[in-house]
Amino acid sequence: MKKPTIGVLALQGAVREHIQMLETCGARGVALKYPAELNLCQGIIIPGGESTTIGKLMVACGFLDEVRDASRAGIPVYGTCAGLIMMAQRIAEGDQPLLGLMDITARRNAFGRQVDSFETDLVIEDIAEKPRTFRAVFIRAPWIDEVGNGVRILGEFGGKVVMARQDGMLVSAFHPELTGDERIHRYFLKMVEEAR
Amino acid sequence: MEEKGTLRVKTGLAEMLKGGVIMDVTTPEQAIIAEEAGAVAVMALERVPADIRADGGVARMADPAVIEAIKEAVSIPVMAKARIGHFVEAQILEALGVDYVDESEVLTPADEKHHIDKWKFTVPFVCGAINLGEALRRIGEGAAMIRTKGEAGTGNVVEAVRHMRTISGEMHKLTVAPEDELMSAAKEMGAPYDLVCWVARNGRLPVVNFSAGGIATPADAAMMMQLGADGVFVGSGIFKSEDPASRARAIVRATTHFNDPKVLAEVSRGIGSAMVGQEIAEIGHENLIQFRGW
Repeated sequence: MKKPTIGVLALQGAVREHIQMLETCGARGVALKYPAELNLCQGIIIPGGESTTIGKLMVACGFLDEVRDASRAGIPVYGTCAGLIMMAQRIAEGDQPLLGLMDITARRNAFGRQVDSFETDLVIEDIAEKPRTFRAVFIRAPWIDEVGNGVRILGEFGGKVVMARQDGMLVSAFHPELTGDERIHRYFLKMVEEAR
Repeated sequence: MEEKGTLRVKTGLAEMLKGGVIMDVTTPEQAIIAEEAGAVAVMALERVPADIRADGGVARMADPAVIEAIKEAVSIPVMAKARIGHFVEAQILEALGVDYVDESEVLTPADEKHHIDKWKFTVPFVCGAINLGEALRRIGEGAAMIRTKGEAGTGNVVEAVRHMRTISGEMHKLTVAPEDELMSAAKEMGAPYDLVCWVARNGRLPVVNFSAGGIATPADAAMMMQLGADGVFVGSGIFKSEDPASRARAIVRATTHFNDPKVLAEVSRGIGSAMVGQEIAEIGHENLIQFRGW
């Protein structure tokens, strides 16, 4: 089968790392700057960055509706950190533009400020069982306060949900693109393959 | 088991700021304007560089009350400046919970020989550099992010351009240098040998590199991005201009779509006049702040 093309939203944030990871996994990673480029993509990644900035730029550049439509048409979408917040239907505090796709409530900066940022070893359902846990990097990270019925919890830390999936939508509060571990990106690419 | 303050966590935040604009602010009201315009972070200060330059005297870390008030006002990361070598100012900023410390030449240096040992801190540091050697020395001391210095408070982009081109050129030279010449290169630029080898292999700095010092317009920001900056700091350029909110929004858009002249033309329109700039030659070599630190 032809290599899948995955668009990484490139308005602001850690775009390069996701693209490198996708290329390592044998997919084609492209930086998305314009909504029209979504037509090329079999999957979409919303990277980490500053969620208020990404949200405002998505509105200004006309991405919000286009990504929503693509997701509803069955294109898998994966959001990391700021991307998790963008994917949420609800946000615990504050008010900012959201894609509002996934039945979760996100809490921004829930783990604290930068001095509280951390890395740890996580068990992730279907992806990283013991003893090969996943080294997860949390940076001013959000967590998920509540999940709806259709949402499957894939990872937790300290009793908080930090990774989840609902159909073709995947989110993590941490940054697999900052480690060399490809397992989550491969899992997402499998979701893309199944959706084709 | 959670590990805090690792290099990956420190450099990781800078990675998340890429493609963004970090704005100098002196009040909570300005911080809110910056956040609403789409800034990825704010730099909390008592005076913007243009005022520091005009007022003279010793410039120090901001009053913790100012930093606290700005932290309360916004949800985006808050950075603050410590004097070069002033590790106690840095300790205080860490205790205040700022997200990044800028060991900055904009303030009056506290130590002319030694920069802060940044490995000792949980909070990450950004440091200025005018050439590759200086950037690698700071990284060697534990800086998790670099910014080219430019000439702060001038509204004149010429020094920012000089520093970015210098660093890019020096990195390019290393990538084509024979391996057996790298030790000599490290000696000449006074940089740690292992970091020189890393740059020779990868063709870029091992940490994120923003541009700073003199950016006043959307076109300035876009030019620095086209020259290879990972993002931009705008100091006096926003709140010393006629219409800060519009200019801030425009610079954010220009930094995202730095390669699209149509977008740049659109956002550059009707944003009021820019800050009044200064000729570098008129400032006089002895008054340039880019030569503070080494």
